[in-house]
Amino acid sequence: MIVAGCDVGSLTAKAVIMDDKKILASAVILSKTAPEDSAREVMDRALASMGGSMNDIRRCVGTGYGRKHIPFVNSVESEISCHARGAVWQVPSARTVIDIGGQDAKAIKVDESGGVTRFIYNDKCASGTGRFLEIIADALDIKLEDLGDISSKSGKRITLSNQCVVFAETEIISLVNEGAETPDIVRALHNAVANRAAALAKSIVVENDVVMTGGVARNSGMFAALQSALGTSLKMTENPQINGAIGAALMAADIA
Amino acid sequence: MIAAGCDVGSLTSKAVILKDNTIIKSVIIKSKAKPGESAGEVMKQALAGAGISMKDIDYCVGTGYGRDKISFMNEAITEIACHGKGAQWLVPSARTVLDIGGQDCKAMKLGATGVMIKFTANDKCASGTGRFLEVMARVLGVGLADLGEISLSSKSPVTLASACTVWAQADVIQFLNNKVPVEDIAAGVNNAMASRMAVIVNNIGLERDVVMTGGVAKNLGVVAALEKLLGLRIKRINRADPQLAGAIGAALFAREKAKGGKS
Repeated sequence: MIVAGCDVGSLTAKAVIMDDKKILASAVILSKTAPEDSAREVMDRALASMGGSMNDIRRCVGTGYGRKHIPFVNSVESEISCHARGAVWQVPSARTVIDIGGQDAKAIKVDESGGVTRFIYNDKCASGTGRFLEIIADALDIKLEDLGDISSKSGKRITLSNQCVVFAETEIISLVNEGAETPDIVRALHNAVANRAAALAKSIVVENDVVMTGGVARNSGMFAALQSALGTSLKMTENPQINGAIGAALMAADIA
Repeated sequence: MIAAGCDVGSLTSKAVILKDNTIIKSVIIKSKAKPGESAGEVMKQALAGAGISMKDIDYCVGTGYGRDKISFMNEAITEIACHGKGAQWLVPSARTVLDIGGQDCKAMKLGATGVMIKFTANDKCASGTGRFLEVMARVLGVGLADLGEISLSSKSPVTLASACTVWAQADVIQFLNNKVPVEDIAAGVNNAMASRMAVIVNNIGLERDVVMTGGVAKNLGVVAALEKLLGLRIKRINRADPQLAGAIGAALFAREKAKGGKS
């Protein structure tokens, strides 16, 4: 039985097509202005990559920020439950999930079946979300996907004194003007974002194993920074960015 | 007796020259990259305007974010102390002072003599500080000083969904893309600003009279929105520019020091 999950986020849209708990196809695109356009395009791409059509999909669950605008879904589920479900499917020993999205951050405690036992969410403050990385990468004229590699070249530890993205941006511009090395600045940025995300996670009491999901988890510098901020090692997932869409597809399979 | 106060802020630098109890010259400039240069420049302009030179100043007190970098002062005194003192001189009945700086927001409760009883500040988050308005004015393509005036003609102000400067900026861009009139967005921005300020001032407890100092006090849109939120009238400052409160306080301290009295 073929099912699909579609996760329309603020920055990227993700689609996953699964058959009997196996991933057949997946796609990730940059979100468009209208969430329905993002959903259609990402699903078309996933279908095209396996040579299928919408008719092959028995059931589709939508999630993410734009989930209410996906025209082809049978039902929608919250991002929290999809991330929990996806993470435990990817890493069965996962008990804490930290998901850093484009404009939010979530920490979720999960049980062995992928159910949510506790969660906390920040979408009020841009600090500690992917937006922080995006704004600073833009100010430094660096591609978001290059941040991880750049920070690995850092030889000197700098600490940002500001937590607010707006103030931190000014602080970073001053650091650049004072001649600080870009890799050192990028590492400081990773630590700042990680400290915020770790504070969020600690407030619901972190339990091992911890997995990091969301596109930000593909940034090796952020992954390392979050490990050190939490003081525990993180489990790597194979597909961190499509974790929410995997969870949505699994939920589609439950009810199909 | 001539005393001077110099307030070097993150966004603007101010100098006040006080002869007895009268301001003979005041100057406000945009701060430069280095606080020491800002202080030198603003004081040079004030002295030239007053037609005097540095050696005519009996005592000079520095304050503000860059106060430790002022070369010509006799002493540095904290912003809080200077703002309280300045506000009390501007409005003797002031008991609650809300000062919005370029990158912070302070609320102070004063006793009858102008001495500070209680204090709270936000310098961690750009929301509710002058920086918030600065960012929004830039996105709207209007001058920071015009934001208040523009908002006054709004018929239906927008509501910003989030207090965070980063998210609010995205909201404002969206409103602009949807062709919402600039005055309605400006009014929404001023309302958002006022609601953050109200949280801070309510933290220390309101006591009349309430005055607002700092450059944002000149934004009538923010003042009106804050009055509505607090349910009282904010006492207007007529004696001098409200942006000078810190520098005035510094000059008043300088006068006391020059007289050999205690602050």
